[in-house]
Parts: sequence; C-alpha cells; structure tokens
Amino acid sequence: MAIPSELKYTEEHEWVRMDGDIAIVGVTDHAQEELSDVVFVELPELEREVEEKEQMAVVESVKAASDIYAPVSGTIIEVNVALEEEPGLVNEDPYGEGWLFKIRVSDMEIVEGLLTADDYEEHIG
Amino acid sequence: MGGVNTRKSGLATVFFSETRSVSSDIDSAREGRQFPAMSDLKRSPLDSLHREAGGRMVPFAGWEMPVMYQSILEEHRAVRESVGQFDISHMGQLFVEGEGAEEWLNRLLTNDVSALEDGQGQYTFLLNEAGGVIDDLIIYRIEEGSYFLVVNAACLSADLAWFGKHAVEGVSLRDESEGLAGIAVQGPNSVDVFSRVFGGRTLPSRNGIDVLSVEGKNLWICRTGYTGEDGFEFFCSSGAAERWWEEFAEAGAKPCGLGSRDSLRLEKCYPLNGSDLTPERTPLEAGLGFFVKLDKGEFIGRDVLQKQKEEKPTERLIAIQCNEKGAPPRPGYRVLDADGEALGVLTSGVLSPILGLGIGMAYLPVAKAKVGTDVFIESRGKKMPAKVVKKPFVA
Repeated sequence: MAIPSELKYTEEHEWVRMDGDIAIVGVTDHAQEELSDVVFVELPELEREVEEKEQMAVVESVKAASDIYAPVSGTIIEVNVALEEEPGLVNEDPYGEGWLFKIRVSDMEIVEGLLTADDYEEHIG
Repeated sequence: MGGVNTRKSGLATVFFSETRSVSSDIDSAREGRQFPAMSDLKRSPLDSLHREAGGRMVPFAGWEMPVMYQSILEEHRAVRESVGQFDISHMGQLFVEGEGAEEWLNRLLTNDVSALEDGQGQYTFLLNEAGGVIDDLIIYRIEEGSYFLVVNAACLSADLAWFGKHAVEGVSLRDESEGLAGIAVQGPNSVDVFSRVFGGRTLPSRNGIDVLSVEGKNLWICRTGYTGEDGFEFFCSSGAAERWWEEFAEAGAKPCGLGSRDSLRLEKCYPLNGSDLTPERTPLEAGLGFFVKLDKGEFIGRDVLQKQKEEKPTERLIAIQCNEKGAPPRPGYRVLDADGEALGVLTSGVLSPILGLGIGMAYLPVAKAKVGTDVFIESRGKKMPAKVVKKPFVA
C-alpha cells in the first residue's frame, strides 16, 4: 500500500500535498482500498470557507457513505470535476487524478501539525 | 417475477446505509469493533477460505459473512456475465416428513404445496394471523411425504417457533441448519461449472431439486437462486463445504459476497426479508400475490389477504429509479412527491451496476405512485429526481 513520503496525512485518512499556500487534498490508498468501488463523490462549493475538521465532502462506495473532513482551514479554490463523471479515479489513482479539492490555506500552523508519512503508517499499522 | 429466489436479511441496512467517516469505517473494521461483538457471531464452514481470499467479514443475521472480496461491482458483473459463487451457509435447512406433511404445510404456507411433483420447488410465504410475512422461503418436494425447506437465517428461530406452535401428530420437522453448508452458484455459466464438477451430469430443471449421493453423503442440488440469473443452490454437510467451494472456483465460479448479492437481487426486485418484507406487510402489498393461492383452501393469513385483495391494498412496494447519475440511494432515505411531500421511505436502495443509476423500493400510496410518476429520493437533504418504474429494473 502506497504512502508517499512527500505528503502530509490526517488520522481521518486524507492526504495533503502543499504547493505554496495551496493544499491539494485526497483520500489515501489505504482508505480507497477499504472503501472499494467509489461510485459518487459530493464535492464542496467553490469559495466556501472551511474550518479544520469541518465535514465538507462525501465519498460514497457501493457499501457505505463516508464523510470527508477539511484537513486544514481556508477557502476552497478548486474541486476535481472529473470525479463527477469518473468517481472511480479515487480508487485507480488516489494520490493523482483522484484528488478531491484544493484549499487556499489560511493558517499554515495547522499544516505543520499534520501527520508525516511515518506517523500515518504507524496510525494504520 | 423471475425464478424462485432465496434471500438474506438483517444487518444489510447497517452495512449499506450508514453514513460514517472514513476513519470510523476503517478503524471499526480493523479492530472488529462492530456490533454485535464479532465473537458472538457464528462462523461459516467456509470462514477460513473467505479470510484467505481477502473477504471483508461483516455481521449478518447473527453470522460473520463476507460482504465482498475485492470489488462489489466486479462480483456483480461476474454473475451477470459469467458465473459467481456465494456462501449461503447461514441459511436454514428444514426437513418436514410424514404422511400428513403436504396437508400440514399447505395450511401454513401461501403457495399451493399440492401442486408440487417429486423434485419440484416453489417460492412461498409463512404468514402470521394478520397476513404479515414471518418468512419467505423455498419449499422442495423430495418425494411424497418428504419436503426440504430453505429459510432465512434471521428468521430461523421465528420459523421454528411458529411451526412448533402449529405442530400436529404424524408430521416431523427436523432442523439441519447446524450441520449443513450452502453454496449458491449463479450466472449464465453455472451450467458449465456444474457439469465440469459433476462429470457431465445435468442440473434439475428450473426450481427443481436433485438429491445426489457422493461418497456416501447426500448433496441437495436446487435450480434456484437470488440473482435473477440461471444457477443452482447447493447444500452439503459442513465438513465437505471447502472441497466443493474450491471445486466450483476451479471450474470458474468467482467468489462473491453479500454486497453483490444485494445489488443483484435488487435489480430484479427480489425482496429482502427484514427490509422489504416484514411481519407488518402482506405479500399482496409487496406485489408478490403470484405466490399466494387464495383458492387452494384454508391457510393461516388467508382471510386477511382475501379481504385485502377485494379492497385492494392502499400501499404497495414500488420500484423507483433515479433519472441521472448521483449518490447511491440507501435504505431509510425518504421518497418525496413532486411537491416535496414525503410519500414513504426506501426499504432497499443501491446503485445499479448494470444501469449505472440509483434504484430502490419503497412502500408508497398506490394512488400517488403509478408507473411514470415523478418523485424525489432525498439524500442528505438533496432531492434526487427519480421516477416510479415497472418491476424489475433489469429484465
């Protein structure tokens, strides 16, 4: 199971890739494997202001609906519209084409507090 | 309705409807923190094979059973296009014997037991005095005075209590559920699997049963299922289950779990006991009057159903299909009319892998739910446009 070392993670099985003050967010390989068969993703509205740990998206597999929380606080600046047609990208390429949304981060300190790849590996271990 | 079918009940609602965080989903799966405690649950004779194959084990009707292996969608397609096999060892097997067996069963079940010839089976209901469904089951006549019943795991104890309450002299009932395992082989290539494993032997005809003796042990082979595809349900002693599962797998049957079993049966509008069928609903309300023979003579629940038939049920189990791609409908979601007024609640719901659209069933007022009526299914406060459609969803 892949846990890329350059990414940050949450205990809720999200990953975060930082690009300046932009956080790109998705669900981890472990999460997509546990969920299996993602068939629908409900994405947040653009420009929405989100607080860390706020419920803001839903990933639905055939068997269950799972809430996705904001890993950091900030503003939604982009969502992955490709998932509307192809929600299965979350399974096929969780760290790439299966990304969910981008947040312009309002508080960089929260980013510092996210899990490292090693922390996350231990968390799911 | 298509072939006779069998079904499972109970915890499907937990596993197909609950909204939970990714985190709680995964953590509870890893720590086995699901309720009831996994340790209280019965294990199938195929348990270790499921675990070795990566089966996701979940509580279901008092058993720990695989909901899926790698992908519910792939398992679903395998059954529609080729062949899959399901562990149905949790289901109950009863033997009813004696000179008066036919007459006794005919007073307890809705279908006409006297219409069965040796080796034939039929789908039927066990009703309470109010005409509500205690269980839906398949009864096979092995020979005169000898019947084999396959019942729902979650209903077994209620069935036994009901049969016991109505016991008569000269008819014996034996519960063999503990000692027997069951495997359902389903899909267009089921016939090939059977012929490969049993050296060219042919299956019984549709809804029929053959009892074979292999190495001194009985095997019950039934041409029935719960997927709407050709196939057979196979019962053997628990000790032999692994051997047959592996032989069917080698002959091409893909292991499939309860998840695809649910989506397969719902595409065909086969009811799930405990969700679509309950002691508060009659088979007529469920749209399954074909399996109720009101003119066969007296049986428990008959008077209520006769009256209901004359007056016409005011609510029926209705099929609803989403108009566009969206969130999968799940049991418990509300069904609203075009004005947004609540009409009822989904008893079953799933994303149809074949249609690519959400499908579900709900008890709705007949007058407000004619085929073609526009409705909404409410998912987390959002109204998904849908329509009342003819059963089944997938022909």
